[in-house]
Amino acid sequence: MKQILTSFALALLTLQACKQNSTEGSASTENAMDIKVSGETETQTKLNPPMVPAPIGDRAAKKVIVHLESTEEEGVLADGVTYKFWTFNSTVPGSFIRVRVGDEVELHLKNASNSVMPHNIDLHAVNGPGGGAEATNVAPGKTAIFNFKALNPGLYVYHCAAAPVPLHIANGMYGLILVEPAGGLPKVDREYYIMQGEFYTKGKTDEKGLQEFDQDKGVDENPTYVVFNGKKNALMGDKMLEAKVGETVRIFVGNGGPNLASSFHVIGEIFDRVYMEGGSKINENVQTTLIPAGGAAIVEFKVEVPGEYVIVDHSIFRAFNKGAIGKLKVTGEENQKVFHKVQ
Amino acid sequence: MQVFLKTILFLGGFFLIFQSCGEAAEPISTVFASPEKEAKINPTVKMVVIKGGEYQPFYGEDSSLVEVKDFLLDERPVTNAEYLDFVKKNPQWKRSKAKAIFADETYLQNWQDDETLPKGADPDAAVTFVSWFAAKAYAESAGKRLPTIDEWEYVAMADEESANGRDKPEYSSKLINLYNEKDRQTRKTKLSEPNYWGVYNMFDLVWEWTDDFNSIMTTSDTRSGTFDDKGLFCAAAATTSTDALNYASYMRYAFRASLKANFTVANLGFRCARDLKTTSK
Repeated sequence: MKQILTSFALALLTLQACKQNSTEGSASTENAMDIKVSGETETQTKLNPPMVPAPIGDRAAKKVIVHLESTEEEGVLADGVTYKFWTFNSTVPGSFIRVRVGDEVELHLKNASNSVMPHNIDLHAVNGPGGGAEATNVAPGKTAIFNFKALNPGLYVYHCAAAPVPLHIANGMYGLILVEPAGGLPKVDREYYIMQGEFYTKGKTDEKGLQEFDQDKGVDENPTYVVFNGKKNALMGDKMLEAKVGETVRIFVGNGGPNLASSFHVIGEIFDRVYMEGGSKINENVQTTLIPAGGAAIVEFKVEVPGEYVIVDHSIFRAFNKGAIGKLKVTGEENQKVFHKVQ
Repeated sequence: MQVFLKTILFLGGFFLIFQSCGEAAEPISTVFASPEKEAKINPTVKMVVIKGGEYQPFYGEDSSLVEVKDFLLDERPVTNAEYLDFVKKNPQWKRSKAKAIFADETYLQNWQDDETLPKGADPDAAVTFVSWFAAKAYAESAGKRLPTIDEWEYVAMADEESANGRDKPEYSSKLINLYNEKDRQTRKTKLSEPNYWGVYNMFDLVWEWTDDFNSIMTTSDTRSGTFDDKGLFCAAAATTSTDALNYASYMRYAFRASLKANFTVANLGFRCARDLKTTSK
């Protein structure tokens, strides 16, 4: 009898939990719509990738102003190789935008006065026409402003969606926007921002000089470069990501595309947690996570032993030949229990 | 049928505007009526006869051909020197006088003052930082008009050898890389090769105003591939454009879509056109 009662109670509890879960899930955007903003308006600070603005934590929803400037400028794609990038805030990927659910974002998109092209922004975090693209299609020298309320928590891609869209993305116009859930994300020791992207050049990989865009390679989905953060070796040498033994690391990973999906992997580490596709579902103990073009994921792991951990797209020719490779350098005490060479 | 409906809606729109004019005549009439009659100018630019024909527009929901009638087109964009002459004879178009509704705050912003060209500017370079209203006024004072998108694009199909070079693989790729080059607007006109028609500088110096630059922004609101501006921002463009790989054309249409009639931009100029008087009959 007692057993029956216990299992009944358990079943009831489970049912309750299920119910709660499902209502939470489906009602979240509606609730978010009703979240009032309060306090002072904040202007988002610009940081260059792989850095991200400080966590939001449990602050109340507020109005946040974000400034982005679209630019067209020559930059380094690989050693001795230059390319005419199109950017948001002069970096590939563009500045990381960090808000919370319920925030009202006022986005100012300025198109640099010396731009040749019109540009705009489509944020996948936006519920509304074109993700803001139509509202922001802006001629050189002009500024467009639009407002949106962040309704869905998650990590989202933004990109330029001016015609021809593939060209604007292929030239580097993408970035990530994080919408934190109410109460914020769990605390970690380090946060980094990595975004994969492809470049299509007339010349072969590593051919020196200023490289022109190659439309045929783009259409064939045959990139000359597949890189993290806009250039080959952006996360190598003195630009390696860093952490200390025992720390937890969170990486916001995006894939700007335009064509390839990324098989994101850190050699010698297992992701303790992955926010799959940048959404709310968490997977655990993951070796490689798939990030579609125009998608994102949040990966978290604790580093246990020192060493240089290689970050790759595990479509491995890309990593070692076309540039999709970076490193995380972990310093600190060895831990023989976790790892040691015997002979 | 759809075209008919659109026309009705369009005309209806104007009817409404006129209606409201009746009630609040002043502000609207100042917006829509030409403020002052332009004084005549006589630019010496050669006009080239463009033999009309049917052409396939780059952008549209069906693949019907559009007829372009014979017309005359300036062989090159309007230059700094010509525009200076225009503002001298039409002081209402001086930088300090132009009204904000007709030209925004960057109108002729690179000029040193009302009647002095930008520092170091070549008088024979294309004039820029001019609004659509200003370009239209200039054309009228020269006894001309702005070309339509169809006229402009019809001429833009030509390369140096043929009236239609669009099918050649290098046509688009050459333009994409050319368009990507900055500060081309400061160069003298007519230094590059003329095209098949004898027209210069269609691509290599400035973007150009057309009379109906914003006509692709007038219709519906879905991404379903209908004939509207949104098609340019997303996948719909690939299904509605008649040549999805002609990236250079996308760029021009996207540029036009980003404009308002009072906008003035560093690399946007114009050239004029005129109807050809038919001598037949």
